[in-house]
Amino acid sequence: MSILVIAEHDNSSLKPATLNSVTAAQAIGGDIDILVVGSDCQGAAEQAANVAGISKVLVADNAAHAHQLAENVAPLIAEVGAAYSHVLATATTTAKNILPRAAALMDVQAISEISAVVSPDTFKRPIYAGNVIATVQSSDAIKVLTVRGTAFDAAAAEGGSATIEAVASAQDAGKSAFKAEEVAKSDRPELTAAKIVVSGGRGMGNGDNFSMIYSVADKLGAGVGASRAAVDAGFVPNDMQVGQTGKIVAPDLYVAVGISGAIQHLAGMKDSKVIVAINKDEEAPIFSVADYGLVADLFTALPELDGAL
Amino acid sequence: MKILVAVKRVVDYNVKVRPKSDGSDVDLANVKMSINPFCEIAVEEAVRLAEKGLATEVVAVSVGPKQAQEQLRTALALGADRAVLVETDESLEPLAIAKCLKAVCDAESPDIILMGKQAIDGDNNQTGQMLSALLDCSQATFASELTLDGGKAVVIREVDGGLQTLELSLPAIVTSDLRLNEPRYASLPNIMKAKRKSLDVKTPDDLGVSIAPRVTLLGVELPAERQAGIKVDDVAMLVDKLKNEAKVIS
Ligand SMILES: Cc1cc2nc3c(=O)[nH]c(=O)nc-3n(C[C@H](O)[C@H](O)[C@H](O)COP(=O)(O)OP(=O)(O)OC[C@H]3O[C@@H](n4cnc5c(N)ncnc54)[C@H](O)[C@@H]3O)c2cc1C
Ligand SMILES: Cc1cc2nc3c(=O)[nH]c(=O)nc-3n(C[C@H](O)[C@H](O)[C@H](O)COP(=O)(O)OP(=O)(O)OC[C@H]3O[C@@H](n4cnc5c(N)ncnc54)[C@H](O)[C@@H]3O)c2cc1C
Repeated sequence: MSILVIAEHDNSSLKPATLNSVTAAQAIGGDIDILVVGSDCQGAAEQAANVAGISKVLVADNAAHAHQLAENVAPLIAEVGAAYSHVLATATTTAKNILPRAAALMDVQAISEISAVVSPDTFKRPIYAGNVIATVQSSDAIKVLTVRGTAFDAAAAEGGSATIEAVASAQDAGKSAFKAEEVAKSDRPELTAAKIVVSGGRGMGNGDNFSMIYSVADKLGAGVGASRAAVDAGFVPNDMQVGQTGKIVAPDLYVAVGISGAIQHLAGMKDSKVIVAINKDEEAPIFSVADYGLVADLFTALPELDGAL
Repeated sequence: MKILVAVKRVVDYNVKVRPKSDGSDVDLANVKMSINPFCEIAVEEAVRLAEKGLATEVVAVSVGPKQAQEQLRTALALGADRAVLVETDESLEPLAIAKCLKAVCDAESPDIILMGKQAIDGDNNQTGQMLSALLDCSQATFASELTLDGGKAVVIREVDGGLQTLELSLPAIVTSDLRLNEPRYASLPNIMKAKRKSLDVKTPDDLGVSIAPRVTLLGVELPAERQAGIKVDDVAMLVDKLKNEAKVIS
C-alpha cells in the first residue's frame, strides 16, 4: 500500500489538520508521502518533512497554486495520485472543494469524511447528520478519501526526516481567479483544534452580547463557536458555525449557551468529551447530551461563570 | 442565459433516521421526503436571477426514482420553467449522478449550474465538484453570494478561515451554502401552475451513462449513544464539577 496525504497549509506553514490524515493513513498501513501544492510553499514542505513516519514530501510550487484553486490543483492531484493506492485529505473546506474534483478526473467514487478505517478498502462514515454510521467498501483501484479530523488523533509533528522532491505542476487552467478574502483574525485557538469551545446560540440575543462568551472563553483559553441561528442572525461570522453543515468539533469541553440542541447542531459537537449546556428551558434537547446541565438565564449565568473562573 | 438547477429528493431534515433492524440499511419506510434544503436555496437563487432579467430559462433536473417528480414540481412551483427527471430506482453515488447531470448539460448547454453544497442524507458534498470536473468548467462551492458581471460570475464562498471571493468564467458550477438566500414559500396558484409545466423523463440508458456502483454499503449502525448527565444547581456547582469531577478546567 502507498498512501498520498494532501497537505493542508497556508504556504508558510503546515496546518495541524494534515496530521489527522497522517494518522488515518497509518491506520490503513503502508508507505506515506505528503503532497504540498502551493506557491512559495517551502516552509510548509519543510514542516511536512518533519512529520513522523513520512517517506517523501512532494512539492508543486507554482504561482498558479497560490490560492489552491480547484481547477488548477485537482488535475495535479489526479496525476500524482495515480501512482498510489490511497489519496487522503482532512475534510477542511479546501479539501472538500478539491478532492471530489480530483476523484472525478480519476473516475473514482470518493468517500467523504471517514470516521474509522476498518480495512484498506472498508471505512466507516457518518450519514444523516451523524444519526447513523455507515460501513462502506470501495471497489475502485485507488481510494480517494476525506478524513473527519475529530475522529483521528494528530500524528507527531516532529521526529521525521522525509526527503523533499519537486513535482512538475500543471499550468493555470484560467477558469477562475482569486479576487479577495476576508480572513477572520483572532487570537483565540482555532475552533477545530481548541481543547475547550464555548458556543453561543440564538439565545444570546445579539452580537454585542457575545462579549460575555468571549470573556469566559478567554479565561478558559477556549475557541468560540456558534449555532447556525446565531450566524444567520448576523451575531457572528460564518466561520464560527458548528454543526452538520459547519465545523465539526470534539474538544475536551464544549459549553453550549442559549443553544437548543437541534440535530444539525449536535452533529457538529456531540463527540466532545464533556458537554455543558446553559439554557433557560429545562426541556431543551441539548440537555439530553449534556454531562452537566444548568437551567438558568444566560444573562445571569455567564457573568457569574466569568466571575468564578 | 440559461440556468440548470440540480435538485435531490431526500429525507426531510426534521426526521431522525434509524437503521433497519438487520442493520443492512437505513429504514426509510413511510418517512417524510422533501427537496434537499441546499437545493431549495439553489432553486431560489436561479429564480431570482430570472426575475432580475439575468436568466432567460431555469431548468430543474433530478436523478432518482419516479417520486422525485414531487421535488421537481416543488422546484417548478418556486419558479423553474421546466424540469427533467433522469429516472432510476438504483441507489446512486455522486459520480454516477454527476455523469447523468453531465449528459443533461451536454444537451442543454447551461451557462450556470446551481446545486446544493451537500445533500443532507448522504452528506457527501461531492456532486458539484465532480460535475465541474467532467464538464471541465469553473467551480465555486459553498457560495454565500453570487453576482453576474460582464459575462463572469463573482462568488463569495464560505471557507474555514472566513470568506473568499472568486471570479469564474462561464459555464460555471456554483454550490449553495446556507446563507446564499432565504427560499420563498410556493404560493397555491404557483403550485397549480407548476402542474402544467413540462417535465421530461429520461433514463440513464437513454443518456448512455453507466451508473454501476463503486462503493458497497456493508451495513449501518447507530453511533455510540451519549448518556444524559446531571443537572447542576448553580454556577458554583458547575465550576466545582468541571474542576474536580471532569477535570477539564483548572
Ligand atoms: C440544511 C440545514 C443545515 C443546518 N446546519 C446547521 C449547522 O451546521 N449548525 C447549526 O447549529 N444548526 C444548523 N441548522 C439549524 C438547526 O436546525 C437549528 O435551527 C439551529 O441549530 C438552532 O440554533 P439555536 O439553538 O441557537 O436556536 P434556537 O433553536 O432558537 O434555540 C435558542 C435556545 O436559547 C435558549 N435561550 C433563549 N434565551 C435564553 C436565555 N436568556 N438564557 C438561556 N437560554 C436562553 C432557548 O431556550 C433555546 O433553547 C441547519 C438546518 C438545516 C435545515
Ligand atoms: C444509508 C445510505 C446507503 C447508501 N448506499 C448506497 C450504496 O450502497 N450505493 C450507492 O451507490 N449509493 C448509496 N447511497 C447513496 C449515496 O450515499 C448518496 O446519497 C448519493 O451518492 C448522493 O450523494 P449526496 O446526495 O450526499 O451528494 P452531495 O454531493 O452531497 O449532493 C450535492 C448536490 O448535488 C446535487 N445532487 C445530488 N444528488 C442528486 C440527484 N440524485 N439528482 C439531482 N441532483 C443531485 C444536488 O444539487 C445536491 O444538493 C446510500 C445512501 C444512504 C443514505
